[in-house]
Order: sequence, then structure tokens, then C-alpha cells
Amino acid sequence: MIRQLVMIKKILIFFMIIVLNAGFCSAAGTDSLNAFRGEKGILRISGGTAHIPVMKEAAKRIMKFNPDIRITIAGGGSGAGIKQVGEGLVDIGNSGRRPTDAEIKKYGLVMVKWAVDGVAPVVNPANPVQSLSTAQLQDIFAGRINSWKALGGADRPVNIYTRDKSSGTRAVFWKKALHKTKISEKANFVASNGAMKSAVANNPYAIGYVSVGYIDKSITPVTLDGVKPCLDTVRSGKYPVARGLYSSTRGRPSALAAKFLEFLTSTEGIKIIKAKGFIPVR
Amino acid sequence: MNYRNKAAEGLFFWAALASCIATIAVLGFMGILSLPLVTKGFFPDLLTGSWAPYYGHFGILPMIAGSFYISFLSLVISLPLSFGCSIFITLTQPGIPGKTLKKLIELMTGIPTVIYGFVGIFLLVPFVRDVFAYGSGMCVLSASIMLGLVISPTMILFFIQSIDRVPKTYLNAVDALGGTVFQKLRHIVIPNAWPGIMTGIILAFGRAMGDTMIALMISGNSIGFPHNVLDSARTLTAHIALIIAADFDSIEFKIIFACGTCLYFLTGLAVILARIADKKHA
Repeated sequence: MIRQLVMIKKILIFFMIIVLNAGFCSAAGTDSLNAFRGEKGILRISGGTAHIPVMKEAAKRIMKFNPDIRITIAGGGSGAGIKQVGEGLVDIGNSGRRPTDAEIKKYGLVMVKWAVDGVAPVVNPANPVQSLSTAQLQDIFAGRINSWKALGGADRPVNIYTRDKSSGTRAVFWKKALHKTKISEKANFVASNGAMKSAVANNPYAIGYVSVGYIDKSITPVTLDGVKPCLDTVRSGKYPVARGLYSSTRGRPSALAAKFLEFLTSTEGIKIIKAKGFIPVR
Repeated sequence: MNYRNKAAEGLFFWAALASCIATIAVLGFMGILSLPLVTKGFFPDLLTGSWAPYYGHFGILPMIAGSFYISFLSLVISLPLSFGCSIFITLTQPGIPGKTLKKLIELMTGIPTVIYGFVGIFLLVPFVRDVFAYGSGMCVLSASIMLGLVISPTMILFFIQSIDRVPKTYLNAVDALGGTVFQKLRHIVIPNAWPGIMTGIILAFGRAMGDTMIALMISGNSIGFPHNVLDSARTLTAHIALIIAADFDSIEFKIIFACGTCLYFLTGLAVILARIADKKHA
């Protein structure tokens, strides 16, 4: 009942905003949205899961401003994003890595890099082990260190969580943090940044890795070689495990897709990117 | 009248033919698409090796083992449960308690497996992790318990149906002779209801082999060969779900069809074996 009331309230507010926007077009914060006036249609987005928080917020604002536009956002991982946009299944394909030259050539991809994102090793907040060297991290992921006790933690086995091969987050973590060393066969696999976060948040003996934008109180980033992964250290380049967040289209983007991508680099888009814990690229 | 009969007969014939053709066509389709793996020399390694795409190994043996372990164990868990429930409903408490339980079980068949998956992640996985202090709690055992719950309604309803078909006069005769409930079960109910019980078990096994969500969410999806019930494992279906994002031209993508073919044959084989065992019994 209360839920329904809240829903009704939300819908009312939603309509009020529409009415207000229609009445006072240049209300603060909608300047960047003006490009969407009179647009119509469906925009389908899929791929990298690190992108989702920003994409969702941008889509919400755009759809609020102009209800004639429908934007759908799906995950699937970077590999899926590139494949689906290349095959024409979606309008925009996200990837947490630069599409390879072969992919760009094969599908004729046009891409935009709109943010820089770090990938941080994370543990459960209850875990006393919150600082590691690269060598220790490699040993943990390879399964050579298999108890937290060896690192000063509880006498329990280390539960490693990793992502599948099509994940851009995995690609950058494996290359820049693990330096392409082996990941243990015993590692558990999860399918998205969100699933990684909930897996680590619910398991006191877990270690995994997520996009820095996903870090909050429920998971603790591991200080790597004395550098704590956070927005500042990623921006300054002191924390090296970072990558660009890309959005690609097949050939030149459609009018709506182009406007959406422009919105990401507008003043309001940049605000969203910052608020979600990423570093915007002009 | 004759006409109608002919029309109905024709309709049934074509329906039967269409479903036969569809079944065979699916097999053919998967066979053709996985053929490149054989011609390129991946074949023997495919069924015996381990999965390490970065190092050029594309074996699916751990996944075949994972599928078998999980579905077999779930059957072991749910068989006594289902048998007990169906006896309770049909023989020992056919009144209000039995009817209520039956309605509840009918309701259970409609619950999507993803819900069982969620319950498993938040209740069962932490429990298994803390009790055994072995791995992450995402393991063969957790997945089997949850899967056992998923497949038991199918079994129970089948068992009830076949037990109900045992002639009432036989049961009355046992009562008249002063036979116990156990004797009634051992000599009358089980032998008479056997074909139906067998069908229920086969269908449930097929459902367990084919289920994707439970294994994907709870079994941990690790690529190592599962050595005991507390090891994390990956099933063929979860493997397909995890690698489907791979590039169309990649070997991984072709492996999907090999997994499908394997799943097809293994389920088919299990059904045939069960039927042979059944014949010998009769």
C-alpha cells in the first residue's frame, strides 16, 4: 500500500516535472537536454556493465524530459556490447576496453571514449587484509596463497571471484594488475560488476575486482602497492589499473544515438559521470 | 462425420511429424555448426581437456562432469522427498492435509527458477559456507539442494498420478488381509505404479540437466574439475550462458554448439538407459 502511494507520488512528480519543463523550457539543468526536444523513438543500449549506472541516470533524465523517447539498457559484458552493436541488434554498444582493430574494421565501428575508470581489487569490509603488493595479489589469484591466515586474516580459505573472458573489466585487471599471470581454476565466476559487488559484499572471505564506480560501503577496495584505488589516484595516474569507458555505434550514429552520446559529454552528462564515480573525458 | 475424423487424424499426424522433424533438425543444426571443431582438430581434446581459452585449451570435460554431478545429486536429494510427499498425499493423509499439500506443490511448479536462485544465494550459500568452512559456499552441494527443490514438484505430481491409478480394490484387499502400510507399498503400490514413477524420474532428470539459472547463480561456475560436493563447478548450460557473448568467429562461440550437442546426447542417453533398466525390471 505504502509502495503504491510512493509510486503514485513518483508518477505525480514525474508529470509535474514534465509540465514544468514544458512551461519553462530553460529551467536550470535542462540546457543539455534541449537537444532532445521533438525527438521520438527507441534507443537500445547494451554491453559493459561498468557503464550501466551512468547510462541509467542519463536515460532517466532524457526520458523524463521527453517521454516520447524510450531508452533500454542491458548488460552482457564488453564482448556482448561490441558484438551486438556490430550485428545491428542494438544502437549503442558499450565496452570497458577499446574495441580491437579487427573489431573496428569488421563492423565499421565508430566509438566515443567518455570516461576513465579504474578497476580495483575488492574484499569484504569485515576482512582485515586491506592492503596487498602486486606479487601477493598475483599469488592470491593464482591460488598459491589459499588462506587469509598467511596474510594476517582469518584462518579461512580465500574465495576468488572472477569474470568471464568477454568482460572488459577482467581484461584490464588481468593485464594491468595481474600482469597476465594465471587465475586459479577454483575461482568462482560471476557475470557482471553488480553480481561481483553482491558476491563480495555477502562473503567475508571473498576477493574480486570491480569498476571503481561500483565501490561503496558494502565492499572495500584493496590498497595495491601502497596506492588506494579511488577517483583521485585514478585521475592522477598514480593507480595504474585503469581503462577508458567506450560507447560504439556501427558506422555513423543515428540522430538519437548521436544526441545521446553528445549528452554524455555535455555539462549535465559530465555531472552524472562524476556523481557515479568516474572521471569524465572531454 | 467421416471428414471430421479424417481432418483430425491428419492434424495429429502433421503435429507429430512436425515435432519429430523439429527435434531432429535441432540436433542436425548443432551437429553442423560444431563440425568445424572436428575438422580443425579440436575434437578429442574437446571432450577430455580443461577449459583455458587464453592458452588455447577448449575442453568441456569439467562442465560435463559438473552437469552430471549436480543433476544426479539433485535427483538423489529430491527422490526420497518426492516419494514421501506423494505417499503422504495419496495413501496416508488423503484428506484435507494431503489436498492442501497437493495444491501447494502445484503452486510450486509455477515459481520461476530464478527465485529459487535468489533464495539460494541469500540463505543457502552463506549457510553452507559457514557450516563446512571449505569454499565460497557456491558449490555442487548448494546447487543440488536448490535444484532438488525445483525438480521435486514435477516428480511428486507424476508419482501421485501413477499411484492414484493403482486399483482401489487391490489396496482394499491388502487392508482386508491385515497388511501394514509398508507391505501395501512394497507389494502393491510400487510395482503397479512403477512405469509412472520411472517417467517422473526421467523427466525430473531432464529438467535438472537442462536448468541454467540455478547452476549459474549458485554453483560458482569455476572451470576446475569438481572433486567433491563442496567444490565449485560449472554446468554445460551455465557454460553456454557465460560464453555466449564471445565473438561469432571465435572458437569459444563454436564450443557453444558442441556443449549443446553434448547436452542433447547425454540427456538422451540417460533416458535410454533408464528405459532399458526399466525393461529389465519388468
